[in-house]
Amino acid sequence: MSIIKTEHLTYVYSPDTPYRKTAVSDVNLEIGEGDMVGVIGHTGSGKSTLIQHFNGLLRPTEGKIYVGGEDMWQNPKEIRRFRFQVGLVFQYPEYQLFEDTVYKDISFGPRNMGLSEEEIDRRVRHAAAFVGLKEKHLQKSPFELSGGQKRRVAIAGVIAMSPRVLILDEPTAGLDPKGREMILGQIREYHEQEKNTVLLVSHSMEDVAKYAKTALVMNQGRVFMYAPVEEVFSHAAELTELGLSVPQVSRVFLTLAGRGYPVSSNVFTVEQAKRELLRALAEGGKQNA
Amino acid sequence: MNPIISAKNVTFAYPAYEGETTQTVLDDVSVDIHPGEFVAVLGHNGSGKSTLAKHFNAILLPSGGTVWVAGIDTRVEDRIYDIRQTVGMVFQNPDNQLVATIVEEDVAFALENLGVPPAEIRTRVDDALRSVGMYEYREHSPHQLSGGQKQRVAIAGVIAMRPRCIVLDEPTAMLDPMGRVEVLSTIRDLNREHGITVVLITHYMDEAARCDRVVVVDSGKLLLDGTPREVFSHVTVLKEVGLDVPQVTELAYELRKAGCRIPDDIIFEEECVDAVAALLEGSHVDH
Repeated sequence: MSIIKTEHLTYVYSPDTPYRKTAVSDVNLEIGEGDMVGVIGHTGSGKSTLIQHFNGLLRPTEGKIYVGGEDMWQNPKEIRRFRFQVGLVFQYPEYQLFEDTVYKDISFGPRNMGLSEEEIDRRVRHAAAFVGLKEKHLQKSPFELSGGQKRRVAIAGVIAMSPRVLILDEPTAGLDPKGREMILGQIREYHEQEKNTVLLVSHSMEDVAKYAKTALVMNQGRVFMYAPVEEVFSHAAELTELGLSVPQVSRVFLTLAGRGYPVSSNVFTVEQAKRELLRALAEGGKQNA
Repeated sequence: MNPIISAKNVTFAYPAYEGETTQTVLDDVSVDIHPGEFVAVLGHNGSGKSTLAKHFNAILLPSGGTVWVAGIDTRVEDRIYDIRQTVGMVFQNPDNQLVATIVEEDVAFALENLGVPPAEIRTRVDDALRSVGMYEYREHSPHQLSGGQKQRVAIAGVIAMRPRCIVLDEPTAMLDPMGRVEVLSTIRDLNREHGITVVLITHYMDEAARCDRVVVVDSGKLLLDGTPREVFSHVTVLKEVGLDVPQVTELAYELRKAGCRIPDDIIFEEECVDAVAALLEGSHVDH
């Protein structure tokens, strides 16, 4: 069953002005419940505009959007209900912390949902544990924490609302390699344990290749490709043309395949590259044996 | 030639609150930056790399040891303007660095504060904007620009002061892939064409691979210092301190572990293509 579905979704910024710009154009999409989707596209491809529709921050100029089978904008007054179902973590969410303790900041969402104190407490601790925050961090001011810790507090604040869909916009932007792996690993673990739907927006094809099951590629406001990760990434050459940042090993393999060597051009991680080369080397040996 | 920046036995600790122990961020760091060099400083978050960079133009002063900028001890308070005019600094977030509502006014900001005559300001602003490729945007408002463009304006604001050296603290961390390419090629031009010394703090390994020299900081100490080839050959050391090596370096390393004969100093894509091609050719001949 699909948790999010769009029909002819179109969004126009500043309509009826000279600055009119169509950011998302006729998008028809179904996201399956429990999927982990990597959303990629370069700046201006419409990916951020698209995901802001998924929790009702933007209202489509045309077309429809369904969450759990319900038309989101059937009754605009009830839009808040959908925001509890679809949690959105913005880029650089650490700038949005505002409470004087980490605990209060994480509990802000659940409290607004009108939950009991016991339930709020349970959820705060559960969410904090997921992102690797320790008990001693909870009573600290978020502003005493490091940048990476602050970001994890912000993510915990959304997880604490137990959304059916969790959307993260570039959750690793500006982090070092260790920090990147830590956050993505925690998100994957969360996804596997809670079995909910996760959308991961990223510039990095490598991260999407490593962590997502399905990839959605946006280009010029339209869906360029939407399929299982392996299938999307079997079009490495086309993806490169979209101005996405292509991993170094992918470029190496594209060049090798282009020069006629018997290797796949669809390689995105060092691990894949190693396996593919060892395979090619072994087969090269067999052919000439 | 005398170094443009010289740090000797630098130690730095942030002052402790009552009842807390001081945290040493830099521990006996000595490093010289020479005129014309393009140096990358690598280190994970919290390694002390930004703290070190802030010592390079007297934003921070050492708790122990000494930093000289163009021969001036950074603790000499009345030389602070000379120090900051010699070494300019560019930060991570472009939005925090632009102050004016028009691009060219922003670039002129520091010059106006320094009391540079208006005609001279005009020339310098135009030159600076041209050298970062933003001259056509001089009358735009910064908020209409992309991240990469904003960052280039911030760089123009620094080079309008005609510094001999610029220190950039993760200038591409908040940019998209296209913005990163723009900013990096601008920095490279400033170094190659204008002879400006560059200290680039980054955790992008592919950026560091293109520098003349790579310095790795970990736990407040200098861990490695050498050419990119030398530094990236320490794959295990770098991984241990939470850093990566370029993907092609790691691939070569993994292949060697698996018994392939491939050079151990690969840092560029082209080299990797050639080395792997040679391996594949070899597999047809050998067997």
